[in-house]
Amino acid sequence: MSPAKEDATAKPPVTGRRIRILIGKPGLDGHDRGAKIVASALRDSGMEVVYTGLHQTPEMIAEVAVQEDVDVVGLSILSGAHMSLFPRVRSELVRRNMEHVVLTGGGIIPAEDVAALEQGGFAKLFGPGTRTEDIATWIQTEMTKRWSAEGTTR
Amino acid sequence: MSAPTAAGFSERLLQGDRGALARMISWAENGDERFGPALDLVYNRVGRAARTGFTGPPGAGKSTLVNEVAKALRQDQQTVGILAVDPSSPFSGGALLGDRIRMEDRALDPGVFIRSMASRESRGGIAAATVDACDVMDAFGLGQILIETVGVGQAEYDVVSAADTVVVVLCPGAGDGIQAMKAGLLEVADILVVNKSDLSGADRLESDLVEALHVRFGRESSFPVPVVSVSAASGKGVSELLASMATHKAWLAERDLPALRLEKRLQRVRAALDSAVSSALWTRLGFGARARAQLEQGLAPHRIAHDLSARALASISPQDLRTS
Ligand SMILES: Nc1nc2c(ncn2[C@@H]2O[C@H](COP(=O)(O)OP(=O)(O)OP(=O)(O)O)[C@@H](O)[C@H]2O)c(=O)[nH]1
Ligand SMILES: [Mg+2]
Repeated sequence: MSPAKEDATAKPPVTGRRIRILIGKPGLDGHDRGAKIVASALRDSGMEVVYTGLHQTPEMIAEVAVQEDVDVVGLSILSGAHMSLFPRVRSELVRRNMEHVVLTGGGIIPAEDVAALEQGGFAKLFGPGTRTEDIATWIQTEMTKRWSAEGTTR
Repeated sequence: MSAPTAAGFSERLLQGDRGALARMISWAENGDERFGPALDLVYNRVGRAARTGFTGPPGAGKSTLVNEVAKALRQDQQTVGILAVDPSSPFSGGALLGDRIRMEDRALDPGVFIRSMASRESRGGIAAATVDACDVMDAFGLGQILIETVGVGQAEYDVVSAADTVVVVLCPGAGDGIQAMKAGLLEVADILVVNKSDLSGADRLESDLVEALHVRFGRESSFPVPVVSVSAASGKGVSELLASMATHKAWLAERDLPALRLEKRLQRVRAALDSAVSSALWTRLGFGARARAQLEQGLAPHRIAHDLSARALASISPQDLRTS
């Protein structure tokens, strides 16, 4: 058997990659039931979910995203402060060379704010009552697209 | 955009780029083929960090304690890397990585780097890539590496392969001294911590453990395992734990730490060799298909494995191995 033939059948460079996602709760509201339900559902769909608990600042969320090398950051907010906090998370991520991260989130967010945030770097925002399966499917589809476009560039 | 290269990332790692550190750990976890070459380039910097493992049953307070130890080490101007392993679901493959919640006050400290790891297919309490991740943190220049295992039962000891010093964390309400005696947990401990010393039952557990240690360890050559009483929630006893960690480190230094580490690395080479050779035989050389056919013919598994390995070995010439 020739070595050249071995190379032709060599395995692809990346094996066993799993979607890593950070579920963050910025701001002051004290309700993380929704965030926990989403985190559990994403775990059950096969993702590795980093959960950091309540009252995270945008800096903390971005720094954790760096250390954990996550593919996706999902923010949950109920306090109404999304228009100030969500863009700050994004700019903290960009400041740390993390613009490749898929940004998403959910909570009680009026339609015009959803439109503005989706213009401003958020890939998609989910309203209250969204089924967790739909969130999982959307993330999986998005990551499959990105990974196949990237090839081995990661 | 061109593909990030192994060389580029090693360079960035040495310049203190935390994103490069994080990415190299991901490469290790994912079996990315750039990991080996990237680690090679920095391997001469590996071996400087002190590596301490924290293991014990679920909820014993490992994360809370690791956070307190990290805090104390920071006050002493040391840099800290934390690897916190949580279990992967054997069904979905997913994991909820929640150890960081207890380490929130370290989140923005530039002298601390925390990485959560899912155990993935490993069953030994750490992930297959945990030791590689330690090496990357070590090369990066973090001085103290703290490894938190998944919550263990009675048979997960892989942390021994990753750490120079193993701290076993127990707490009242999770079994008495007899549990500790039958579990090999006591045997892997260099230091025993009775955490939650603020709760009732802690004194009893401590005296049970001291007694169990007397029964177990009569050997003079072994390290005299201390039992340290701690309340991680309040920080009480943490400085005593740090003193015990330093004592164990000094004891190791007297006992030829490089030789001990070499032994552990040798086991890693062997494990990596096992898996590389066996997967090559199984897939590329078609042993998997052959074994399936032979099973269908009614041959016993042992017999098939014996025949196939004899064939593989017969085809290797010792002469080839010596000259290459
Ligand atoms: N009373 C008391 N509670 C504590 C102490 N240390 C930790 N706890 C509590 O014990 C619970 C578990 O703590 P963790 O640090 O998450 O335990 P763990 O061993 O990391 O848990 P797993 O990673 O899930 O195995 C938490 O509710 C802590 O607040 C302590 O010293 N005293
Ligand atoms: Mg923990």
